[in-house]
Amino acid sequence: MNSVVRPPLKTSGGQGDQYQQGAMPSYALTATQWSRLRDLASSLSPAQALWVSGYLAGIANAADGLAMPVSLAEKPADEFAEAGRAGPRKLTILYGTESGNCQALAQSLAEQTREVGLAPTVTDMADYKPRLLKTEQDLLIITSTYGEGDPPQRAAGFFEFIEGRKAPSLPDLRFAVLALGDSAYEFFCEAGKKLDRRFEELGAERLLDRADCDIDFEEPATAWRKAVVAKLGEQAGGAAKASISPLQHGVATAPASAAARSYDKQHPFQAAVIENIVLSGRGASKEIRHLEVSLSGSDLSYEPGDALGVLANNDPALVDEVMAKLALDGATPVSLKAGETTLAQALTRHVEITTATPRFLDHWAKLSAAAELARLQAVDQTEERNAFLRGHQIIDIIRRFPVPGLDAGEFVSGLRPLQPRLYSIASSLAAAPEEAHLTVSVVRYDLNGDRRSGVASGHLADRAEPEAVLPVYVHANPHFRLPQDDRPIIMIGAGTGVAPYRAFLQEREVLGNGGPSWLVFGDRNFRSDFLYQAEWQRLMKDGVLTRMDVAFSRDRGVKKYVQHRLLEKAADIFAWLEEGANIYVCGDAANMAPDVHQTLATIIETQGNLSPGAAADYLRGLQRDERYQRDVY
Amino acid sequence: MSETAIYPHTDRSRDLSQPLSALGPDESLKANSDHLRGTIALSLLDRLTGAVAADDTKLMKFHGIYQQDDRDLRDERRRQKLEPAFQFMVRVRLAGGVCTPAQWLKLDELARAHGKETLRLTTRQTFQFHWILKHDLKATIQGLHDALLDTISACGDDARGVMCSVNPAISQLHADVYDLARRTSDRAIPRMRAYHEIWYDEERVATSEPEEPFYGATYMPRKFKIGFVIPPVNDIDVYAQDLGFIAIGGPAGLEGFNVAIGGGMGRSDQSAATYPRLADVIGYIPADQVFATAEAVMGVQRDYGDRRDRAKARFKYTIDEKGLDWIKAAIEARLGFALEPARPFHFTSNGDSFGWTEDETKRSHFTLFIENGRIVNRPDRPLMDGLREIARQHRGTFRVTPNQNLVIADIAAEDRPAIEQILRQYHLDGSNAQSALRLNSIACVALPTCGLAMAESERYLPDLLTKIEAILGTHGLQDEPITIRMSGCPNGCSRPYIAEIGFTGRAPAKYNLYLGGGFHGERLNKMYLENVGEGEILAALEKIIAHYAAERAAGEHFGDFAIRAGYVPEVREGRHFNN
Repeated sequence: MNSVVRPPLKTSGGQGDQYQQGAMPSYALTATQWSRLRDLASSLSPAQALWVSGYLAGIANAADGLAMPVSLAEKPADEFAEAGRAGPRKLTILYGTESGNCQALAQSLAEQTREVGLAPTVTDMADYKPRLLKTEQDLLIITSTYGEGDPPQRAAGFFEFIEGRKAPSLPDLRFAVLALGDSAYEFFCEAGKKLDRRFEELGAERLLDRADCDIDFEEPATAWRKAVVAKLGEQAGGAAKASISPLQHGVATAPASAAARSYDKQHPFQAAVIENIVLSGRGASKEIRHLEVSLSGSDLSYEPGDALGVLANNDPALVDEVMAKLALDGATPVSLKAGETTLAQALTRHVEITTATPRFLDHWAKLSAAAELARLQAVDQTEERNAFLRGHQIIDIIRRFPVPGLDAGEFVSGLRPLQPRLYSIASSLAAAPEEAHLTVSVVRYDLNGDRRSGVASGHLADRAEPEAVLPVYVHANPHFRLPQDDRPIIMIGAGTGVAPYRAFLQEREVLGNGGPSWLVFGDRNFRSDFLYQAEWQRLMKDGVLTRMDVAFSRDRGVKKYVQHRLLEKAADIFAWLEEGANIYVCGDAANMAPDVHQTLATIIETQGNLSPGAAADYLRGLQRDERYQRDVY
Repeated sequence: MSETAIYPHTDRSRDLSQPLSALGPDESLKANSDHLRGTIALSLLDRLTGAVAADDTKLMKFHGIYQQDDRDLRDERRRQKLEPAFQFMVRVRLAGGVCTPAQWLKLDELARAHGKETLRLTTRQTFQFHWILKHDLKATIQGLHDALLDTISACGDDARGVMCSVNPAISQLHADVYDLARRTSDRAIPRMRAYHEIWYDEERVATSEPEEPFYGATYMPRKFKIGFVIPPVNDIDVYAQDLGFIAIGGPAGLEGFNVAIGGGMGRSDQSAATYPRLADVIGYIPADQVFATAEAVMGVQRDYGDRRDRAKARFKYTIDEKGLDWIKAAIEARLGFALEPARPFHFTSNGDSFGWTEDETKRSHFTLFIENGRIVNRPDRPLMDGLREIARQHRGTFRVTPNQNLVIADIAAEDRPAIEQILRQYHLDGSNAQSALRLNSIACVALPTCGLAMAESERYLPDLLTKIEAILGTHGLQDEPITIRMSGCPNGCSRPYIAEIGFTGRAPAKYNLYLGGGFHGERLNKMYLENVGEGEILAALEKIIAHYAAERAAGEHFGDFAIRAGYVPEVREGRHFNN
């Protein structure tokens, strides 16, 4: 893993001094020890400091004979089975993550298992060596699903192995799967389902039934973790005392920065909007906005590549219409998981009232007793159901299938919690202290005769004037990071996918430590959609940006996309890669990212004189080394 | 004998004889441009910007192309983090404003494809495209090439498009003079291999011949304007040309030309040393000496013009600096003969005569009023479509007039009904039903495309005219022809300094008001009000027009009256314009 560790950008004045001035406890270190510790402490990032604290605690416990020796992780893998028979079973927690949720859940799960005396190893599937599977004893899997039933992108290799013929039989393995997904998609939690099925096929014993979680995953995920920890705890016989495990095998999974953890989606920071402008020039076929929000007073920090979570509200006009159609009073009290509130508040802030889920369809079918809805519920009606859900949002269903005298609580109980939306941050704290800039594509479309907007982008476009307040939090994106050294970078982005590169280049400009950089940007029309054009021109002029290529797909003449430019510059792209360049892809996941991936494979194949297989290995190698990073959506 | 020998004490400190380091930066730019190639070809390939490199913007003027941007959007796009909405004005070289129907159709097609569906007729009798994007430039110029048109030296420090009276009434004389104008244009422009290489993708040919035998590496000190006029209509404003040829006819037709030198409009509000100047008639030449005379006059300006300060580089300043007699002697020295005394001639106006005329060969010509030369379709008046339809049917030619109007020329008697039918069908038959003031008005393009404009012109003058028409109507003067011209800046593309009522832009909605110009272009006007808005302009005009209506002498023009009544003093020489 390549989580960038660098000195804090701002020093929170005098913390080091406090250490020095603080009273030395009676079991104090020697002067030499103290000096070494101080030297070490001053060089640590928050994540490292956290890790070291665990390490030291482990030493303390080991000295008391309470826990596993520190050196456990250093043992060769094939000794684990031996060790397992003698002591507690080996426990591994594997996660596959796209947005970081599964990683966070894995961390929490590890913590909970430690509390019952277990010593879990937490590993990202992307970093896991599948041949170790045979050595595993208890395997807990947490994975999200990406797009149309696919695994998280970086976990694709793990899935290929496990679903392939080389997968070993695993008669000694016990496993459990926690699956995350979005029920608005047809292949809900499919990645988790696949693993759950496959491990059974491979002969492993299911420790606990799989749990499928929707985007409001907290509650079911918590329940599953509790259940699985209980199972493991039974197994461990409750003999092990609570302890602190000093080490995690694999990679130290850095939590988001310490400050970022103080605000999260449950506790967002109320950020004031500083600027909100339309970047798209006249005649543009879409509306792209640039927002700047102030993080002043929050101590929130982020790295270039991170995202900002925005807790948007529903459109008040829609809230009003929903209540009017249902003849409900906004002041009616309703109770949500989060607590008591009014219906109006709930519909505005807490539940999703646009996209209709299969669950809502079921709910409404029951309430309305409409034959058409009932028919769509049938198992063999998948396609029609999906088509119906694409063509009907909640308001459309309410309009078409009225339910007189509906109870407010009854209605709300069929709705999903409103989820925050993540936007790649388009600024660097180094260049814009205490600010986060966003590049927002405003989703607008017509459906059933109405002009509609995306929940978050509509809020940001229509109700986020300067001085308005937006609830936000920082969402770390550790797999999209500038290199720690000055190696060259190739940044490929289409549309708003260019946002993190603005952060990258701002960072490199201010810190003055960057190597060569090459931006390949694509959008529809040169005249209206060349996002941040004047800034790129200036960065080129100032030498911060070394090269730039652009592709516009809707200008007169031949349609050009970013991959066409890559192909035109194939020799240079390959030369940069050979020189050690990192390559980044950000933007559209459905077409752009696969097209670019294929093009890169072609370039490597032709320029490197490699077989298709070898070129694929080359690319996989880049991915494994975190030199090929993607942030696609 | 060389000129230096004739005039040993001539100051050569500011001209071509000096090393580049002693001259202005544009001289080095030209000299180092590899004969106008610069980095234009590379600039066209740069996808990151709709602009070209700064030096290339200057060189491209010689190619007839001006980089501009939509000034209405400048601030908006800056806030949007976008570069200005760069686009290009492309000016066709069209000697005498004459084009064929096939050429018209190509111009129309290119304007619809690349030029925002509009064409602009100019005060120098040609077509301008605006709004051409960089990546459409090549297609536009190659399209023109298909119709045997080009844009060479339509701008730049060279001989600009050569003008010629449209003179619809006398066909043979027009044909003879136009032929000379066209051939003078062909001879006077740069050879421009760069143009063929860059725009037509022609190979660069190695040659030991000098690329520009006349111009050399630094071309002219500034633009050089040539025009041919056929009295009695001074439509080309011959006194505004650097070099004017005034046709003198005899019983057998064209005999020769009076030569006028040193006209020019451009001035700056910041420098009193800059001023508009009217040309001086220095003599007469027989018709067969036109090319030699053009080369001699241009040669004198090429060699003696000021190359240190572009604001003083026009021929008019060279003449005032060296003296008219000195210049005339230098020209004669190059010609190898003395000019004959000027022959008598007579101008009556510098406007167009509208509607149908029939010439001595019984061919018809229709002069169509086109407000400010703007060819565009409006909902109630599909001018562009109508002219395209005429071009499809027409078997004669078109002539763009120096007043930005259009002559549908050389219509055979049997074809006239068809043309009349199209004019009716497209609601163009009423176009000429305007006040005499409006028919004698000219506005330059100005905002939003022109980079020099400080105030509106084309978009504003029509409204201002409506208000002045009301004043004239009150005083029964709606049929009185008064020349009125507006430019968005002091450079004076609409030749505002020889209008009876002239305006030059100073700031948004602020203009200088000039009065007293000669009705047929024979006298400069004089500033009456400086930097004023519409209210003050109308108040002043109300007072003076009322006075004019009450006290004008019979046949007295408004400009003459303004001087007689003492509103402004008469300007007899350009260098006294600012006094």
